[in-house]
Amino acid sequence: MLSVYDLSISFSRYSFGLKKREVRAIEDLYLQVSAGQIMAVIGQSGAGKSLLAHALLGILPRHALLTGSLFFKGRPLTEQRLAELRGREIALIPQSITSLNPLLRVGAQVARAARLSGVGKKEVRQAVQRAFARYGLKDDVASLFPHQLSGGMARRVLTATATVGRADLIVADEPVNGLDAPTARETLAHLRELADDGKGVLLITHDIEAALQVADKVTVFWAGTTLEVAAADDFREGGRLQHPYTRALWNALPANAFLSARQPALTPPGSPGCPFRLCCARQDSLCAERAPKLRNAGQGMVRCHHA
Amino acid sequence: MHLHLTKFLLTKTLRLVLLVAAVASLSFVLVSRSPIDPVDAYVGAAIMKISPEQREMIRERWGLDQPPLARFARWAAQLARGDLGVSTIFNEPVTSVIAKRFITSLWLMALAWSFSGLLGFVLGLIAGAREDSPADRLIRLYAYTMAATPTFWVGMMLLMVFSVYLGWTPVCCAWPPGLSIEQATLGQRLHHLLLPALTLSLIGVAQITLHTRQKTVEAMHSDYAIFARAQGESTLGIVCRQVLRNVALPAVTLQFASLGELFGGAVLAEQVFSYPGLGRATVEAGIRGDVPLLLGIVLFSTVFVFTGNTVADLLYRLVDPRMGEGQGGTA
Amino acid sequence: MTTRLFFPSQWDRRTRTLAAISICLVFFAVIFIAAWLYGDQGQVTELDLRKLPPSWERPFGTDWLGRDMLARTLKGIRISLGVGLTAATCSACIALLLGLGAALLGRTVDRLVTWLADAALATPHLVLLILISFACGGGARGVIIAVAASHWPALTRIIRAEVLQLRSADYVKLARQLGKGPYWIARRHLLPHVAPQFLVGLLLLFPHAILHSAGLTFLGFGMPPHTPAIGVLLAESMRYLSMGLWWLAVAPGLILIVSVLAFDVLGNNVRALLDPKTLRE
Repeated sequence: MLSVYDLSISFSRYSFGLKKREVRAIEDLYLQVSAGQIMAVIGQSGAGKSLLAHALLGILPRHALLTGSLFFKGRPLTEQRLAELRGREIALIPQSITSLNPLLRVGAQVARAARLSGVGKKEVRQAVQRAFARYGLKDDVASLFPHQLSGGMARRVLTATATVGRADLIVADEPVNGLDAPTARETLAHLRELADDGKGVLLITHDIEAALQVADKVTVFWAGTTLEVAAADDFREGGRLQHPYTRALWNALPANAFLSARQPALTPPGSPGCPFRLCCARQDSLCAERAPKLRNAGQGMVRCHHA
Repeated sequence: MHLHLTKFLLTKTLRLVLLVAAVASLSFVLVSRSPIDPVDAYVGAAIMKISPEQREMIRERWGLDQPPLARFARWAAQLARGDLGVSTIFNEPVTSVIAKRFITSLWLMALAWSFSGLLGFVLGLIAGAREDSPADRLIRLYAYTMAATPTFWVGMMLLMVFSVYLGWTPVCCAWPPGLSIEQATLGQRLHHLLLPALTLSLIGVAQITLHTRQKTVEAMHSDYAIFARAQGESTLGIVCRQVLRNVALPAVTLQFASLGELFGGAVLAEQVFSYPGLGRATVEAGIRGDVPLLLGIVLFSTVFVFTGNTVADLLYRLVDPRMGEGQGGTA
Repeated sequence: MTTRLFFPSQWDRRTRTLAAISICLVFFAVIFIAAWLYGDQGQVTELDLRKLPPSWERPFGTDWLGRDMLARTLKGIRISLGVGLTAATCSACIALLLGLGAALLGRTVDRLVTWLADAALATPHLVLLILISFACGGGARGVIIAVAASHWPALTRIIRAEVLQLRSADYVKLARQLGKGPYWIARRHLLPHVAPQFLVGLLLLFPHAILHSAGLTFLGFGMPPHTPAIGVLLAESMRYLSMGLWWLAVAPGLILIVSVLAFDVLGNNVRALLDPKTLRE
């Protein structure tokens, strides 16, 4: 349903003395999401992953520069097309409750989301009621304000805003950040439901264990780029993982601690060689010379000379 | 909710009393230190004709021969009774001088306040919603330039163009000179109000526009505005549905909190147009050494500003649903 | 401010900001030098050249005593700027001391300073200025003291907030635990953060101080009558407005506005230079 090729996002940052520096947050990203599937994008906490979510909705900040090609349902996804599809066929489940207007009641906000996604005026009320019921929210929740919601309720309201319409691609940005285990499980289950209904779900998170609970495929994101694309089963087993970083991730899973590879988020553009080589045990002169391209390998894809 | 309201009002009244006490003490100290001798200022041009004994009599009558602490105690006692003394310029009780002149100024301030508030809000919204557009740049240029312009100069320019060259508006005063306040018609009063009100408004709009614009820009970049856009909302939709009410609240608060600046501007505008309001009275009191009137005006204006801030605070508590008991916001 | 409007679009932000700052500084230098060069020519009365409108020889015309308005205005702006800058600097220093004191010297001092700031802000600004000016007996000294004594609250709050925040910052606590003395901490950690705030606060105080002192002078609380301070020039010109002598009011006013704008531009650009977080491009 969604295909992303060679996506790069950069913007300029000003430091003391107004010296301008260009920051490449995302570089050469590759991503594919199919209908009825949950694709998890996992990576360390940092600005890169949310930027991806925003890029897919076309709501990047004005000063961000985007290059690469995006395709949705076979057709190119231009800025114009994105403006038409936002909220209608592509929906976002944002990270935090601050995405809801603190001065409006949540029922009204979900209703507006429904209206924007194409639901007719007369059917809005029903659609909102249905969405609330589906996520176990009682009717009187609609008249509450965002600050009156508990963490779990807030999550469910945010999910409701994305699903009250008929969107086919759901982009979930860090949906289980800071939630307790039962609520997290519940949220992930909702996402699984959506995929089983035939929608495509992009699950962006830094919590691998959570992602593995429901994902079908996994894209490993590091230093702004795709390192590996693998089936979730490979992750659960571990034997078939190919990139050294992914293997290290897997090794570290039970302790849920990441490899201490500090993400070089501020790589100046154009430095040669593999971005991972400074942290890699298997690196050699080839790695320093040429940046590897993402290629098919085994059941998935990997960006490494030696995999 | 009513309990909260009563508690709020009681706390505020207490704070007002303390504030008045503090300001009164400080002002009294300041005024006593003044090298301007109130008797000399009062006597003014007739200073040659007054004998030393007569001056002594005036000093005694005003209690100026007493030590400062005694004077303060006397004045504080008077204050507690609600008696602000007698103005030496107008020879009337200070309270009645302030009352009369305040009403005159109120016409001016109310007009300018409403106009600049409304226009400033609208301009600020437009500028903030279309950040960096030509409209925004123009509005910002106007606002920054106005903020750098002295109020009295604007008044003088308007006076020159409209009253002197074009003759469309009168040159001074609140009603045609020669008439008494009861004889002046509403039309005449409004005619005389035009230029002073315009002066105050032009400057006031600038400040309010800049603040509203800043709040609007913040709101447009907020998480909820971005999320609305992700849902497919157009810019106009975002402004009307998301940003408007989030900006209106701080805007109204700012309006009420700007009463202090308004009063200051009125002082200058009244001077240019010889408009007989409270501002002009303040200046005369200061220049001619009318201590009771000056102190009275200081206290009165403090209460005025405090009231404005309290109303702003109250509105915030009533309207913002995050303040617990609020029933504000609409579905 | 939108410097983009006035400079070639190829110049990047840093260049434009530096250019804006330089232009402002050059402007002030020109004014002060011109004022010095013209000296006291504005005092010379030439009774047969009275009330002349602007011309090539006398770009700002003459007043009712035949004095050259350009010379008077230049001297006037120099006086007004001098008064405003002195007052603003005193105010900023007071604000620095009070802000530091409030944040570092314990709760009683903090409470006292906050209370004082609130009391100062409780009265309309101009009324407070008139009161203090009256208390000092008027004159240039009175104006300076009045403006200095009423502009410190806002900057005090900013500095106090900044220092309080720094005090509870981890690296400061760490430094204290490592045994570093208070002066060392002040120099290495506080100063780099407070100094820019102070500088920007000072620069942005100038416009207000200049405008307010001009206002006070206009109302009659400032200088003796024939000192050509801008406020006085404008007050005196009021009498001749109805006779159509517009240049007596327009020129001094415009110079004042341009000077105030220049300080605004200067302050905002220096702030951009020192704290680019306020930018978004």
